[in-house]
Amino acid sequence: MLDAHTAIEVRGLSKTFRTPRHHVHTLKERALHPLRKRQYDERTVLDAIEFDVMAGEFFGIVGRNGSGKSTLLKCLAGIYRADGGTISVAGRLAPFIELGVGFNPDLTAHDNVVLNAVMMGISPKQARDRFDEIMAFAELEEFVDLKLKNYSSGMQVRLAFAVMVQADADVLLIDEVLAVGDAAFQQKCFDVFYELRERGKTIVLVTHAMELVRQFCHRAMLISGGEIVSIGDPDEVGRRYLAENFKDRTAQVVDDDSAVIQLRELYTADAEDRPSNTIPHGGPLRIHAVFEAAEAIEAPGIALWIENEERVRVTSVGALENGAALGPIAKGERIEVIAEIANAFTSGRYFVGCSVTRGSIGADLLLYLDRAIEFYVFGGEAVHGLVSLGHWFEVKRERTGEVVG
Amino acid sequence: MSATTTPPRMREIRGPSALGGDWRRFFNLTWLIAYTDYKLTYFGSVLGYLWSLMRPLMFFGVLYVVFTHIVKFGDGVKDYPVLLLMNIVLFSFFQEATGASVASVLQRESLVRKMHFPRLVIPLATVLSVALNLALNLIAVFAFLLIYGVDVQWTWLLLPLVLLPLLAIASGVAMILSSLYVRYRDVAPIWSVISQALFYGAPIFYVLETVPENVREWFACNPLSAILIQARHWIIDPSAPSAVDAVGGWVHFLIPAGLTVAICAFGLWNFNRMAPQIAEEL
Repeated sequence: MLDAHTAIEVRGLSKTFRTPRHHVHTLKERALHPLRKRQYDERTVLDAIEFDVMAGEFFGIVGRNGSGKSTLLKCLAGIYRADGGTISVAGRLAPFIELGVGFNPDLTAHDNVVLNAVMMGISPKQARDRFDEIMAFAELEEFVDLKLKNYSSGMQVRLAFAVMVQADADVLLIDEVLAVGDAAFQQKCFDVFYELRERGKTIVLVTHAMELVRQFCHRAMLISGGEIVSIGDPDEVGRRYLAENFKDRTAQVVDDDSAVIQLRELYTADAEDRPSNTIPHGGPLRIHAVFEAAEAIEAPGIALWIENEERVRVTSVGALENGAALGPIAKGERIEVIAEIANAFTSGRYFVGCSVTRGSIGADLLLYLDRAIEFYVFGGEAVHGLVSLGHWFEVKRERTGEVVG
Repeated sequence: MSATTTPPRMREIRGPSALGGDWRRFFNLTWLIAYTDYKLTYFGSVLGYLWSLMRPLMFFGVLYVVFTHIVKFGDGVKDYPVLLLMNIVLFSFFQEATGASVASVLQRESLVRKMHFPRLVIPLATVLSVALNLALNLIAVFAFLLIYGVDVQWTWLLLPLVLLPLLAIASGVAMILSSLYVRYRDVAPIWSVISQALFYGAPIFYVLETVPENVREWFACNPLSAILIQARHWIIDPSAPSAVDAVGGWVHFLIPAGLTVAICAFGLWNFNRMAPQIAEEL
C-alpha cells in the first residue's frame, strides 16, 4: 500500500428491487387493463451502505445468502443502477461476477478470449498480444483452436480467470470464483491473489469462505439485511459472520410427551461457560445437555458426539462410552450433563448429537438426536484435516559442502 | 509501482447505460460481436457463405417466376429481373436485421446480467452482422447487373447514400424492438406480421408506376419505399423517378427523411431509458 488514495468510495448506496405482483408480459394485458396500477412488492436489498476501500487493499465482503452482498457487487460493477447514493472508483475496474461470462461455446478459445478481454476494457490489439500469455497462464496452450463447447468446465474456468488476471485492471471485483476448479488451480488462484496483493492491486472479494478472508484480506465487511454489520479486522468480522450464521439456532428443546426421556436443553458454551455457538479454536468447548426422565431408567447411558460438515464423527464423550457408570435414573429426575472438550477442531461448522440408552450394553435406544444443534469453530492456523493437535515441527537441513541456517 | 505514481482519477459508477463513456470500446465491442456472430452463422456449415446468398436468390427465383410468367407484373418494367433481385437483397437485409434484433438482448442475458458494457452494443452488433452479409450479397447483385447488361453509371457510386438510411432505419427499429421485447414478449409475433406487411407495402416486386396515382405520393412517404425508389433511380434505371420526385418535391421529401430520423431518435431515446433496468427485468 504505497499511495494511500481511495480506490472505491461508496456513499449512501441504496438499492430496492420492485417485483411486480402480476408480471405483465404481453401488450394485450396492458391494453386490457390500462388503468390498473402496476403493483409492486418492494424489497430493500441495500440500505444506505457507506464504505471506502483504499488503493492496494484486499477487501473482503461476507454475508449470508440474501444479505445483499451480490447486489452490492453488481452495483459496484455497474450492472445494476443504484437507487440512491454514489459509487466512485479510481481507475479501470474489472468485474468477475461469474467465470466464463460471455463465453460463446461455438467460438474458439482465441475469439472468446479477445471478446472477453475487450469486455473487460482492453483494446482488441492488446488482447491479441496477450493471448499467448493468457493461454499459458491457463495451461491450455494445446487447446487454442478448440471450440469452447469442447472444453471441460474446469478448463473454461481457468481460461476465464486467466483473462481476468491479464486484463490488468486497477480494481478487481471477484465473486466466489474459488468454488470451482481443481485443487491445483485453486492453489494457482491463491498464488495470483498473493501476487496481485503484492503488486498493489485493489481487490474486492465476495465469499463465504472465512479462511480466505482471514488469509488474504486486509479488511473485511459483514453485511446482513442490506446493512453493514461490521467492518474492519478480518478475524473480528469472521467471528461475527459465524455468529450471524447461527443466530436462530442457539438451543434446541425437544418436546415429546410420550418419550421415556426427553431432551430439555442442549447448547454449546465457551471457556467462561457462556452459551455461545462460536467457539474459538484452542480453548475449551463445553456442551450442556439437560434431560428429564418420564420413567425410571435402569442402567442408563448418555452419549454426546460431534460431527463435522461431512458427517464424519470427530469425537464423542459419554457416561457409558467412557466406562463411567451413571447409576439408575429416577422417575421425573432432571439430569444435566456437562462435557468439556479441548477444542482442537479446525475452523468450520460442527454438529452435536446425543443419545440416551438403557441396559448395560446400550442396546435399547431411548433417545437419539443426530445433528441436534450446530456450532462454529473459528481461529487457529489453517490446517487441512479434522483436528489440529498440539504438535512440534522442526526442519533440519543439510546440503553438501555448506550449512544452511 | 513507485510511490510517486499519481492516483487514477475517481470516476463515478452510474450503472448500466445504452452508450457508456468510452467510444473506442463501444466500437470495438460492436465490431467484435458482429463479426463473431457473422462467423458463427455462416462458417458453421460446409457451404458457409453460399447459404446466405442462396436464401435471397431462391426467394428471387420464386418471385421471378410468379411475377414474370404468372402475374406479369414485370411487363414493361426496364430490367425487371435485376431490379427484383436488388430489391429483395435490400429488403431482406431490413427484415433479417430487425427480426434477429428482437430477441438479441434476451439471448445475451448472461452477458447483460454479469458484465458492464454499453447495452446498445447488442442490437447494433446484430444489425451490423447482417449488414456484413448485405455487403457480400450486394457484390453478387452488381455481378448480376453486369452480366445482365445494365449500363454502368457513375451514380452507382452513390450507393452508400441509399444504404446509410437503410442501416439507420434498421438500427432504429432494432433498438425499439430489442428493448421492448425484454418487457413484452408478444413483440416478436407482432413484428413478424408488420415486417410481412412492409414487404407488400414497399415497391419490391412492383414499381411505383403501378401504384394508383392519387396515393402515389403518400406511398413514397414510407422511408423504405423512398430508399428502394432511389436505389432503382441510381442503380438500374435513371429514367425512373427519384425519391424526391416520387414524393412530390423536396419539401415533401422531408417526410420520409424525418420519419427515418424520428425512428432512430425514438429508438435511441427509448433504449437509453430502458437500459438501466434491462438486467433487472430479464
